[in-house]
Amino acid sequence: MDTISQSPDNFHAASGSYNFAYLDEQTKRMIRRALLKAITIPGYQVPFGGREMPLSYGWGTGGIQVTASVIGPEDILKVIDQGADDTTNAVSIRSFFAKTTGVETTTETAEATLIQTRHRIPETPLREDQVIVYQVPIPEPLRWLEPRETETRKMHGLAEYGGMHVRLYEDITRYGKIATSYDYPVIVNGRYLMRPSPIPKFDNPKMDQNPALQLFGAGREKRIYAVPPYTSVKSLDFEDHPFEIQTWDQDCAICGSTDSFLDEVITDDAGGRMFVCSDTDYCGQRMAAHDASDETETNQ
Amino acid sequence: MNSGSTAPLLSVSGLSHYYGAITGCCGVSFDLWPGEVIGVVGESGSGKTTLLNCISGRMAPTVGKVEFCTRTEGLADIYRMSEAERRMLMRTDWGFVHQNPRDGLRMGVSAGANIGERLMAVGARHYGEIRDTANDWLGKVEFNLDRMDHLPSTFSGGMQQRLQIARNLVTGPRLVFMDEPTGGLDVSVQARLLDLLRELVTDLGLSAIVVTHDLAVARLITQRLMVMRQGEVVETGLTDQVLDDPQHPYSQLLVSSILQV
Repeated sequence: MDTISQSPDNFHAASGSYNFAYLDEQTKRMIRRALLKAITIPGYQVPFGGREMPLSYGWGTGGIQVTASVIGPEDILKVIDQGADDTTNAVSIRSFFAKTTGVETTTETAEATLIQTRHRIPETPLREDQVIVYQVPIPEPLRWLEPRETETRKMHGLAEYGGMHVRLYEDITRYGKIATSYDYPVIVNGRYLMRPSPIPKFDNPKMDQNPALQLFGAGREKRIYAVPPYTSVKSLDFEDHPFEIQTWDQDCAICGSTDSFLDEVITDDAGGRMFVCSDTDYCGQRMAAHDASDETETNQ
Repeated sequence: MNSGSTAPLLSVSGLSHYYGAITGCCGVSFDLWPGEVIGVVGESGSGKTTLLNCISGRMAPTVGKVEFCTRTEGLADIYRMSEAERRMLMRTDWGFVHQNPRDGLRMGVSAGANIGERLMAVGARHYGEIRDTANDWLGKVEFNLDRMDHLPSTFSGGMQQRLQIARNLVTGPRLVFMDEPTGGLDVSVQARLLDLLRELVTDLGLSAIVVTHDLAVARLITQRLMVMRQGEVVETGLTDQVLDDPQHPYSQLLVSSILQV
């Protein structure tokens, strides 16, 4: 096929008998059509014919199919799992695409053109020439409210989203504040209610007016949705209980960052703990910059 | 009332519903006037619930028309308006009280949230105000305010039913449909609930359609009565008139079946 001839030379050697990026061209075409529709209707969930992937549901089958459909031979891929580049999911998906496409991979956010992520948006701001693909477990934000798919579709169609605030009301009643901390529902482009996938609400403001194209793939539920560049993404809230992101008392124990999302790491069984950046690349970059400036100081 | 007493609030004409070859209800016509409470009585399987579902916008009738006097456009056929308009009507101007409170309540969230849901559905976005309104309504249905933040599953049947009523009335509906509102409650709780309903209906100038098989309920809160049998309305009239001097043989049977204590 023509498309194969476009792939880099090293691809043929590595891929054996698989097509470029594993999926066959017809499947990619179908997914791209779903993606185009998703981009034209921001936040709307487009059904697609999800394929069986060589990893189990819940490990990123949706994201991997979206990535496979948009990746080209010139792309530089970064894969994030909970902010880290070196955890199981990130390593295996990265090596999967390295093997089936032969594209260059990276751990640096600024260097990547395509980023597949699970649970985080990188701390380094994204650019217009980047695409970020989210892995989504449950795409339907109204599911907890209404179990029937026919009914939730109707609710989306008529923009009947008032019930979503019931959950926030319950949070405030029980905990005195909105306690929902991840997968925090948003309204996209003033119209569709969307689940941003299980990213912490800390990352919600980054989605708003982001210059990068944001794509979402749910493999088990077979849904694709998207937020085009520079689109408004507003988190739900009450007038007297506005949306707030998480804050920490500490700074990152490694790089000293004061404005990144921190993970709590238990260090022993005697109550020892430390807070470190969840975005390993961001933390590493800061340390590298710090070391470099130290060196210049000593050289002087 | 802006349109005064010259126009009915709800007008049903020639309404029939068939489930395949089976008749649900057949050829029902009536008008409901503002502030009026109509009772629908009859035995099980007589088509009461089918009728209620058809006129409350939950099930399109096979033939016939259901018109409601909307605030802006006067009488409008509810099955000809867009679905968005009909659903808006159902959660603002109408209320529906189910026989089993579990069908009408959201069991997983607190009493306050249950009342607030309709307010949030029509755009209320101020937590404090929603809470105050919920509080007011719980007071009106004689609810223990300490229990506002408790789950409905921890309430007694009577409390659940009162909560369901408050939840329906919070948006100030003009028409409330009730399907056996006192079914499954013991008699003393029934009496209190009926008392409350009668008070609310009078105070708020509500219109209501009450489906029941309990003639005592009909006697207490309705002004007019329709007796149904095998899908047809066999007798209509003022409640006292129908109950004291039933004309149709079936109505006579129904009235004479009441156990006198």
